Amino acid sequence: MKLQTATRLGLYATLELARDPAQTLSSADLAERFGVSTHHLAKVLRTLAAAGLVHAERGASGGYRFTGNRRRVTLMDIVALFEPAPGNRAKEPGEDTEIGSALQRVLTEIDEIAEATLRSVSLETMLKQPM
Amino acid sequence: MVSVRPAQVSDLPAISALDARLTGASKPDYWRDRLALGLHFLVAETDKGAFAGFIAGEVRAWEFGQPPAGWVFAIQIDPKLRLKGAGSALFEALVARFKAEGVTRVRTLVDRKDHLILSFFRAHGMVAGPSLQLDKELS
Repeated sequence: MKLQTATRLGLYATLELARDPAQTLSSADLAERFGVSTHHLAKVLRTLAAAGLVHAERGASGGYRFTGNRRRVTLMDIVALFEPAPGNRAKEPGEDTEIGSALQRVLTEIDEIAEATLRSVSLETMLKQPM
Repeated sequence: MVSVRPAQVSDLPAISALDARLTGASKPDYWRDRLALGLHFLVAETDKGAFAGFIAGEVRAWEFGQPPAGWVFAIQIDPKLRLKGAGSALFEALVARFKAEGVTRVRTLVDRKDHLILSFFRAHGMVAGPSLQLDKELS
């Protein structure tokens, strides 16, 4: 399964911050940890903050802190912030043909399994597994 | 605190009623037959003796071509008594029985739209297994 870069960064940042909800990390700290661009990560963190998953602390020791519920938030909650919802997907050319709709049924089956998997894994479950 | 013990015939009305309430399908004969078959059938009780839920499973060998594994057929917890460890206590007790029978793998089937039960099994370390379940509507 291929996730967009923003989705992957959103998952990295949320899981890293959720590992210790007392810690505050700047976007630069997080970018360095995962070897990604600070600019890109800053945008992702603003989306996570707007969703209430992280909180931006101001001041010299400012940065981001996890404010969600580790047991309730699932991987799907984060993926849904960055990936288009399956229902909102634009129609691809050829999808209305017999072959196109048969192919679409298979792709939808795969999407449903992927969504069920992402929705079944809470941050708590992720952070409990050996990493 | 929750305690786990083997289910008895006297538990059948509570098992059947909880299952009917949660699934919308009443099947007392099914549960009576399951208990009579002698599979691992356990119930959880609160420290006040209230019925909190049940789990049922058994070791099956070569089911769908797979080597022996412990199968979890059903787990139901009273919604009012959830998040108190009853589900985990039942699951761990069943797994201990499976291990005592010598198997090293536990397996179940879950409705992929039932996020609650999927999350429960995930939280206990279960991941997608080697099989894919397939269905076909017969007309």
